[in-house]
Amino acid sequence: MGAQLRIYRRRMRSVKATKKITRAMELISSSRIVKAQQRVRATSPYTLEITNVVNSIAAYSNTEHPLISAVANPRRAAVLIITADRGMAGAYSNAAIKEGDLLISGLKAKGLAVDTYLVGRKAVNFYKFRDRAISGSWTGFSDNPTLDNAREVSATLITAFLSDTDSAGGVDELYVVYTEFKSMITQTPVSVAFLPLSAPQSDQPRGIMAMYDFESSAETVLNALLPRYVEARVFNAMLQSAASEHAARRRAMKSATDNADELIKSLTRLANAARQAEITQELSEIVGGAEALASASAGSE
Amino acid sequence: MSAAKLTVEVVSPEKLIWSGEATMVSAKTLDGNIGILVDHISLLGVLEPGVVSIKGADGSVEDFNMADGFISVNKNRVSILGEQAK
Repeated sequence: MGAQLRIYRRRMRSVKATKKITRAMELISSSRIVKAQQRVRATSPYTLEITNVVNSIAAYSNTEHPLISAVANPRRAAVLIITADRGMAGAYSNAAIKEGDLLISGLKAKGLAVDTYLVGRKAVNFYKFRDRAISGSWTGFSDNPTLDNAREVSATLITAFLSDTDSAGGVDELYVVYTEFKSMITQTPVSVAFLPLSAPQSDQPRGIMAMYDFESSAETVLNALLPRYVEARVFNAMLQSAASEHAARRRAMKSATDNADELIKSLTRLANAARQAEITQELSEIVGGAEALASASAGSE
Repeated sequence: MSAAKLTVEVVSPEKLIWSGEATMVSAKTLDGNIGILVDHISLLGVLEPGVVSIKGADGSVEDFNMADGFISVNKNRVSILGEQAK
């Protein structure tokens, strides 16, 4: 076998092996998207209900509570950025990190100091490599987050939110950057303000009516509600991000598989041409050799 | 007023546990046991660990053993938010 042909064959073998891997990852991701989507759907009723409840309290009660009353001059904000642990998902993690950068620079322009909290190894590595400060990070569950993971993250954020801004780690506002799963093909990184709740403007003056009857006091209810609310929202954001991660990975792996196919096709063509050239060369060598022999023996007679 | 029913949803952070129509919901809150019938005032309460019992529109009774959570009532919609005890 000629040298050229051997090189083409070797490259084809390696591309075929890569294709098998990307194809397998594509299939795995497609099956996991469905599961992740179902989990998002399963948590939606709770998130929706708790958001409704919290919103109606914010609108219909005169309670002063850190959950609903914004600080007049916020000085410090916490930003939670949710990314993936593993790569091979196209621009998924980078898009979220960029969205986070945008939010952070916006906050800084407003004069706020920003504490960043990160979920996912990709964001952690990105920040570490650039020597940026990380206030807290969690890794190892980005593709399949559980409620306990969300609790762990929320607990840290709530502690930061409730502690005084002057003390270390205290913040006035809480933002979350995650990737919204819109459909199989569209996932967009979004930044959302979680706390404090922006109360919808009600035309009735606050303080006159208490539409809600609180079992025990409004204070107790809000105190109990705050952590659950943050947990539910964070959990939902994590699940949506996980679904988006799988979808992004599936898409990236699908195009990698397609590219491998293309590459194999063109390599096959090249290898065929090389083989043909080799045969042609061998033939002409034989013919040339035979002719030389024939003319040599003809001359001697 | 017998036509009116309560629309009840029992949801945990991870999934919808039960939903349906009911005539009465009783639960234990921090202030004690409460029973909710049709046209109850809007209410928001913190649940104590205990049984939430729902008398369905068809006469059946559903019991849920809740570990924690909230009960919210608004315009004949009752939501029980919380986790079931293991």
